[in-house]
Amino acid sequence: MKQLRYREALREAMIEEMEADDRVFLMGEEVGHYNGAYKVSEGMLDKFGERRVIDTPIAEGGFAGIGVGAAIVGLRPIIEFMTWNFSAIAFDQILNNAAKVRQMSGGQLNCPIVFRGPNASARQVGSQHSHAMEHFYATVPGLKVVAPAFPADAKGLLKAAIRDDNPVLVMESETLYSIKGDVPDDQDAIPLGKATVVREGTDCTVVAYSRMTHVAIDAAERLAKTNVSVEVVDLRSLRPLDEETIIASVQKTHRCVVVHEGWPYGGVGAEIADRVQRLAFDALDAPVLRVSQLDVPMPYNAKLEQHVMPQPERVVATIQRLMARG
Amino acid sequence: MNDVAQDVAPPPRMALAQLYRQMFLIRRLEEEAARAYATGKIGGFLHLYIGQEAVAVGAAAVLRKDDYAVTTYRDHGIAIAKGMSARSLMAELYGKSTGCCQGLGGSMHLFDKEHGMLGGHAIVGSHIPLAAGIAFASKYRSDGRVTMCFFGDGAVSIQGFHEGVSLAALWKLPIVFVCENNEYSMGTPLSRTVSVEDISLKATGYGIAHDRFFATEVMEVAQRLSIAVERARKESLPTLVEVRTYRFRGHSMSDPGKYRTPEELDEHKKRDPLVLGRQKLESELHTDKVDALEADVEREVQDAIKFAEESPDPDPSILESTTYDGAFAF
Repeated sequence: MKQLRYREALREAMIEEMEADDRVFLMGEEVGHYNGAYKVSEGMLDKFGERRVIDTPIAEGGFAGIGVGAAIVGLRPIIEFMTWNFSAIAFDQILNNAAKVRQMSGGQLNCPIVFRGPNASARQVGSQHSHAMEHFYATVPGLKVVAPAFPADAKGLLKAAIRDDNPVLVMESETLYSIKGDVPDDQDAIPLGKATVVREGTDCTVVAYSRMTHVAIDAAERLAKTNVSVEVVDLRSLRPLDEETIIASVQKTHRCVVVHEGWPYGGVGAEIADRVQRLAFDALDAPVLRVSQLDVPMPYNAKLEQHVMPQPERVVATIQRLMARG
Repeated sequence: MNDVAQDVAPPPRMALAQLYRQMFLIRRLEEEAARAYATGKIGGFLHLYIGQEAVAVGAAAVLRKDDYAVTTYRDHGIAIAKGMSARSLMAELYGKSTGCCQGLGGSMHLFDKEHGMLGGHAIVGSHIPLAAGIAFASKYRSDGRVTMCFFGDGAVSIQGFHEGVSLAALWKLPIVFVCENNEYSMGTPLSRTVSVEDISLKATGYGIAHDRFFATEVMEVAQRLSIAVERARKESLPTLVEVRTYRFRGHSMSDPGKYRTPEELDEHKKRDPLVLGRQKLESELHTDKVDALEADVEREVQDAIKFAEESPDPDPSILESTTYDGAFAF
């Protein structure tokens, strides 16, 4: 067991997979000579050279498309977006080419590609740099989407993503890159689509992922002091979604709150609410509630930003509302 | 900039008779497809290549079987020229399980991996970076393959064209960009969509070689494109080639083409690559042999129609397995 930062865990995953498979390469803005905008790829250019660690111009649509083209003829690209916000420029490549080429070709072609980068809010970076893009992508059949909260999961899920024969989108977080966590020395790929119960409880299930898992744990610790026992399910994977683990937890606690960044209209929270009411209706003592970003573009002002983002306080208040229903 | 026409062109890999046969096959398949569309046997959109056949056939004649072709939704011509069978094409247009994509792609999404036909893409310009990525893979693996990417004059204003060509130039990828300039972006003439009429000049901004010519005679198309193909294969350098052509039908079946005059159309039909091709072939072969060749194509077309009509629809059971490789992710 060793302690790694989240960014180091991601780097280890890429290095190990690139050492094992020459078809894997890393491409994106500033990934090489600059050593990564967030230093995730630090040292990788020195290790692998310019053939496999490839700096691009600012052309998300172009290099995302290059990745898709390379993938359909058998390479296994890792395409880094400096942030997922910029993937909006490449949305067409992901939606129309990566996700659909297998189907359009009648199953003749695959697209084994990884798109990765930091997602959702950072700190006061304004409305155009604070998008939680996973909601857009998780709706698309043909894609897989993961959003790890801890270094070990970041490593294991990225390794699995690289080995997967489908397009996998890895949602990281600028605010998680420096967190440390235990990572087993032999951390291997973690199967996509498996959630984990990161804190056991009996009164209410909180479903979260990425940075919001940490917010949910914070809220659970606060509520423990008032004798409310919260179970936290860390999804890790948004598509495929581990409804079995969610439903098992709700059947135990009879209440469910979903916490995520991004707006409340539609999205991952709405999807989970649908599945819980559909699959565990009789187990519920209260409606499924969501704690999300408020329904406005992200403001710059620090206090307003915190107000708009999901906070432990809002999670606590939401759970208390559910508990008050008896 | 290089003027590719000054280079020495290697000969195409096929004789005129073979190339004419392919052009005639494409023409007849599309005429029958239009008929089937009119009776509702083919649905959706149907963008005919009629009038442009010399481009795809001339291009494919200088590609190897393992080279790649990537194109737009006007894809019947290059699919056949690259080696897709008439049966596979027609069954796909009919949406049948025996089509090249099991009836899931349709007219706009023709794929045939075995013959290096990698689509059939229907978002204008978005396949250009994808094609550059295929060429990137060839360079990465040093496999000696060339990618040829086709698009219309309507594609040169969108981001995908510029980013795709720019990256191919930057990374010296083995690709030939073929702009099939048929003078209209759907119903809008070139004069109202681009500020510089000579599209090939866009290559100069990216520092790559370019060429520009009229596609009238298929052999000439082959010879001119072969220079760009050799440049890609031997020097790993991209070329932008503007091939000037004309479609005799509307943008799609729903377009009566009222934005152009009958006189303009008639003028272009005088340069129909099939008429010119047949004339030239008759100077090489006896008329009876040309007639026999056409009769042979006719049998192939009728066989393809019969095959398409008699083939079963795809089963719903293929839907999930063609969306994901492995377990369905939901």
